[in-house]
Amino acid sequence: MASDDRSGRRSVLNWLLGFWGTGVFGAVLYPVARYLAPPDLPEAATLSVSAGSARTLPPNSGRVVPFGPRPAIVIRTGAGELRAFSATCTHLDCTVQYRPDLQHIWCACHNGHYDLNGRNVAGPPPRPLDEVYDVNVKDDEIVITRRS
Amino acid sequence: MMWPHLRPWLDERLPLADLTETLRRKTVPHHQYSVWYYFGGMTLFLFGIQVGTGALLLLYYRPSATEAYESVQFIVTRVPFGWLIRSVHAWSGNLMVASAFAHLFSVLFLHAYRRPRELTWISGVLLLLLTLAFGFTGYLLPWNEVSFFATRVGTDLAATVPLVGNGLVRFMRGGNDVTGATLTRLFGFHVAILPAIATALGCLHLFLIQRHGMSVPPSVERRVTEGAGALRAIPFLPHFILRDLFAWTAVLALMAALSTFYPWELGAKADPFAPAPAGIRPEWYFLWAFETLKHLPPTIAGISGELLGVAAMGAGAATVLLLPFLAGHTPRARRLVLWVGVVALAFMAVMTGLALTGAVP
Repeated sequence: MASDDRSGRRSVLNWLLGFWGTGVFGAVLYPVARYLAPPDLPEAATLSVSAGSARTLPPNSGRVVPFGPRPAIVIRTGAGELRAFSATCTHLDCTVQYRPDLQHIWCACHNGHYDLNGRNVAGPPPRPLDEVYDVNVKDDEIVITRRS
Repeated sequence: MMWPHLRPWLDERLPLADLTETLRRKTVPHHQYSVWYYFGGMTLFLFGIQVGTGALLLLYYRPSATEAYESVQFIVTRVPFGWLIRSVHAWSGNLMVASAFAHLFSVLFLHAYRRPRELTWISGVLLLLLTLAFGFTGYLLPWNEVSFFATRVGTDLAATVPLVGNGLVRFMRGGNDVTGATLTRLFGFHVAILPAIATALGCLHLFLIQRHGMSVPPSVERRVTEGAGALRAIPFLPHFILRDLFAWTAVLALMAALSTFYPWELGAKADPFAPAPAGIRPEWYFLWAFETLKHLPPTIAGISGELLGVAAMGAGAATVLLLPFLAGHTPRARRLVLWVGVVALAFMAVMTGLALTGAVP
């Protein structure tokens, strides 16, 4: 009888200990888990940026410029036409560059190739470059604008 | 359901059963002063909280003069529960200092520094000094007005040390002035160098406690030898551990309440070219030293008062560190230690009180 009493008391105490442990663990874990997730920071959407002087971008060359927090690439084709795309490779987020010898856009990380329209033509990129920008030249200044 | 299968699997690979058995066999003396044994574990628990919350703060903190304040502001205003993590870090740091002081004075008053625990005492005093260094180096990190000027004053004090003073100031500041270089330097000390030393010393301290067991106060020992009662003991596992857990939970609750109802202030951003605002003072545990230096005359017998004050504090720290070798073994010598401890504690309490109230004696 006394032994039953003791084991009954023991199981109540064990239950209380478990309840306490779960409570403390949960109370610590919840704020820590929330803290670890970085807060969303709304960024002002960039609509257009200056991409430097048009004169200093000769035919068959390209230039990477910041477009908000991401890079954009402006190229002048061999025919002299200006084009601009998002410069982030659609494979694994590297920044692409213009290869004058190949006359198209190339990603050095995994040998990805894009044509002058930003379409993936060889290598691992799964899709074309994500954005195509409008390009205007105003008093020698190249202005690239997000398409609405 | 998993545990009955997992336990034998783990036992085969790890000495868990041996460890549990050792902990069950280990006993802790149980007497009227046993409550003081819990402050060491409490300090260790608070150190654990410091490491955990410190690591979390590192995820968003940026240690540069241009970004430190803004990054802390970001933590407390934008990151979910960031205000809580920062407050818990600050409050648990303060509680850790208080707990470490309580541990030191209880060990002192119970004469636990006696042979063969001299090295336990020395490693403990060094750990307390490290705790204060953690407080000092962490104070500047939010790069706010109060901490900026307090660090300027605190580091400038080192200049009073003869011969090496200026070198010491440059070492602490990472240059001649408190700048971004000081912030980076103190950050490095706070998050890498001091934790590495504290962990090594803490392990040594714990090993020595494990090796020698808890000290029994001379008065209790005497009563046992005089036959006035037997020395009682409780098993380390689960009795002592559960009591430790109770104390830790109480501290956790206190810390959560303090952090929630009195979140740590951030204040205004430091401006090195602005005049120092009124009310610049260090953290509460340095206040007694700050107040003492304030009351010393500029010169005493032709020697700088500040230098004498700093020298006296240095001598005091050395005495505390070497106490096991300086204190005698007779009951009379122990009474002397007790009284010197009481006077030192009273002096620190009075000076801290004066600093807090701004009263002039």
